[in-house]
Amino acid sequence: MANATERPKRKPRSMIIRTKLPMPTQHPEDRAKNFNEVPYGYNEAEAMFEAQRCLQCKNQPCVKGCPVEVPIRDFIILITERKFMEAASLIKTKNGLPAITGRVCPQETQCEARCTLGRRYEPVAIGNLERFVADYARDHDEEVAEIPPKTGKKVAIVGAGPAGLTCASDLALKGHDISIFEALHKPGGVLIYGIPEFRLPKDTVKYEIDYVKKLGVEVNTNFIVGRNKTVGELLKEYDAVFIGSGAGAPRLLKLSGINLVNVYSANEYLTRVNLMKAYLFPDYKTPVKIGKNVVTIGAGNVAMDSARTAKRLGAENSIIIYRRSRKECPARAEEVHHAEEEEVEFRFLTNPVRIIGDELGKVRAVECLEYELGEPDESGRAKPIPIPGSEHLIECDVVIIAVGNDPNPLIPMTTPELETTKWGTIVTETATGKTSMKQVYAGGDISTGAATVIAAMGAGKIAAKSIHKEIMGISDDDDSKVSLTPGTFKKER
Amino acid sequence: MYEIVDKKDLNAENTMLKVKAPQIASSCKAGQFIIVRANEKAERIPLTIADWDSKEGWIQIIFQKVGASTYELADYNKGDKLMDFVGPLGLPTHAEGAGKTVVIGGGLGIAIATPVARAYKQAGNHVDVIIGARNSELLILEKELDKIADNLYICTDDGSKGREGFVTEQLEELIKGGAEYKTCFTVGPPIMMMFVAKITEKYDLKTVVSLNSIMLDGTGMCGACRVSIGGEIKLACVDGPDFDGHLVDWENLMHRLTAYKDEEREAMEEYQKKNECCNEKKDGA
Ligand SMILES: Cc1cc2nc3c(=O)[nH]c(=O)nc-3n(C[C@H](O)[C@H](O)[C@H](O)COP(=O)(O)OP(=O)(O)OC[C@H]3O[C@@H](n4cnc5c(N)ncnc54)[C@H](O)[C@@H]3O)c2cc1C
Ligand code: SF4
Ligand code: FES
Repeated sequence: MANATERPKRKPRSMIIRTKLPMPTQHPEDRAKNFNEVPYGYNEAEAMFEAQRCLQCKNQPCVKGCPVEVPIRDFIILITERKFMEAASLIKTKNGLPAITGRVCPQETQCEARCTLGRRYEPVAIGNLERFVADYARDHDEEVAEIPPKTGKKVAIVGAGPAGLTCASDLALKGHDISIFEALHKPGGVLIYGIPEFRLPKDTVKYEIDYVKKLGVEVNTNFIVGRNKTVGELLKEYDAVFIGSGAGAPRLLKLSGINLVNVYSANEYLTRVNLMKAYLFPDYKTPVKIGKNVVTIGAGNVAMDSARTAKRLGAENSIIIYRRSRKECPARAEEVHHAEEEEVEFRFLTNPVRIIGDELGKVRAVECLEYELGEPDESGRAKPIPIPGSEHLIECDVVIIAVGNDPNPLIPMTTPELETTKWGTIVTETATGKTSMKQVYAGGDISTGAATVIAAMGAGKIAAKSIHKEIMGISDDDDSKVSLTPGTFKKER
Repeated sequence: MYEIVDKKDLNAENTMLKVKAPQIASSCKAGQFIIVRANEKAERIPLTIADWDSKEGWIQIIFQKVGASTYELADYNKGDKLMDFVGPLGLPTHAEGAGKTVVIGGGLGIAIATPVARAYKQAGNHVDVIIGARNSELLILEKELDKIADNLYICTDDGSKGREGFVTEQLEELIKGGAEYKTCFTVGPPIMMMFVAKITEKYDLKTVVSLNSIMLDGTGMCGACRVSIGGEIKLACVDGPDFDGHLVDWENLMHRLTAYKDEEREAMEEYQKKNECCNEKKDGA
């Protein structure tokens, strides 16, 4: 038997609450017709109740599950003590965008997957608690971190997604002058154009970005690196460049009929609705096709977002088709669950063969094949095998392709010195964010291919640390001088 | 914000805006375009750069009032500010080594043909220009083109100026007359570009077309602008806008351009309603 002191301090059995306190949500029938956020979030009492479930384990397994090592146990303890502002400051030492990650992290495969309580019961609702704390701080005039004296060093950041924003704020907190260059008219990357309002309110994103701006970071929108200026040209004006340009190029299936009218990439569909607010057409001028029967191909977060958006725009039937089974859906568990509640229809083990149009070139149906599960493939998942003769038509008037995104080739194309992989991602040293080009760093989806918000933020942090070391001439053995802790936060007023 | 430093209504359909955008003016080339978003609620509209001055830092755009968004843009005046203006987008027209060239612009396409003709000329090529419109009133940039072109040919559907008939007839006549072009560049309504490409294919004349598919971001992120070129999917905003005219799937392009016909009608009605009420207010005041 292990040493008693190493074991988590056990709560008496009788005190353990076995299930997560669910967040109150909008009723599925109502929310399927509006774009307001689905869960309302905990109130103070609910947060303190859920926080009490935490076993306060000595070994803190949850922290190891978090890609940026948020001090989870300790912020949860602060919640139990009603010290919400302190909890927020503590999270912010590791994670600059907690109101966002609390909403969009796949906690069930990260922090919550490691939770001790989760071995027998439901894990602590870490994501919900993180969200509560971040929202609380925002509603209670959180103060901006103190910025050290200026170093006179300048860093350019390409792309205002989670990777770029995190790298920017960490470097600003070291006293460097930071300029972000963003191609779109609004900063935020996928947070602003991809993830819908009902899952991540744009006010929340704007608040977090305003916070980054308050740190003195200059955000230049409508600036396309590779067109207005190349990375090489930026290097003439800046001491270092960080590339966080994401994986924004939609993968379009090589299906016949892919170019028919009303066949969308998920990026186009979601950008029209989120960034351009097509759900408010014609007050907002960008249109989107309102389908009666909308078919979404794929089962990741992007597919769930598309299918749920279609429902809200007024689709009678919003159908997801996916080659594998429910178990393999790459989307966050909560999103699949919400989609089901909203009566999005799932056709598992089904894959499109071709898209069929009418005489005006508009989509009319998708022809599909049914699959059965065979032996495990290289990924370890059961390989779907087509069932001969199972061809069938799904009638529809809008099709959304949500099978993944590749990096946008513009920067690699205009920066020949940058080494890239055959997938078009920039070759990056994971531990430092260094690329093959001197003074140039990268991170997020542009290095890893489409991944997660928190992974992109983690990469932005790592790069910020190495950039700081390089431009300040700090050697590797002097690591103690570089902490990732961004500034000090003032106490609650 | 991007200030409008000059504005001119060229005729009943076409409007010119000169916009202060030094960053774009210092890096753009002929054949590239910008995207403008006039205000918070506006669409992102792609428009080809018709002219620019890197020293004075302005970009000139010319557009046709076809729907609510372009009517609204035409309501902006000198001194007003546009919310977003991004570019240069797309690949520049490749003019070097083109040889004897014929540039054909139809309707609003004349605005795009002008900087391109100039680029072909500056690259040392002989350049003939054919322009066409429904009537003489709708012809634009005739004087500018006359200065650039070695020969300028004008066509109008109703014969109110130049030759009565289509640009395609003029083109075929020139080819038959022994013009020996090495390159043809054409821009205008898709149906016109398609017919130009059909003729040049007969004579094995290399033809570059500038495609105006529906766009959203203009950076290769959404796929809205995809066109079918020789059976392959290409993005007009990053792989184009120039493509080999003999490889374009014209039917697909024309279909995709109609994607939002119903929505455009609805937006136009909304625009007219708004304007009527404002005009009434103005009249009443
Ligand atoms: C619809 C959707 C839903 C998702 N849901 C989740 C989720 O629930 N949970 C989760 O963890 N992850 C989710 N993801 C994935 C997550 O959003 C990404 O992994 C993350 O945003 C990557 O961050 P990034 O900073 O690397 O890139 P991005 O967020 O893609 O940002 C890149 C930015 O760079 C800009 N840019 C690109 N090229 C240039 C250039 N040449 N010049 C200037 N700027 C440029 C882009 O415009 C963009 O703003 C989702 C993704 C999508 C598309
Ligand atoms: S950042 Fe994500 S993984 Fe880390 S604690 Fe928060 S919710 Fe969990
Ligand atoms: S306009 Fe979006 S990819 Fe071309």
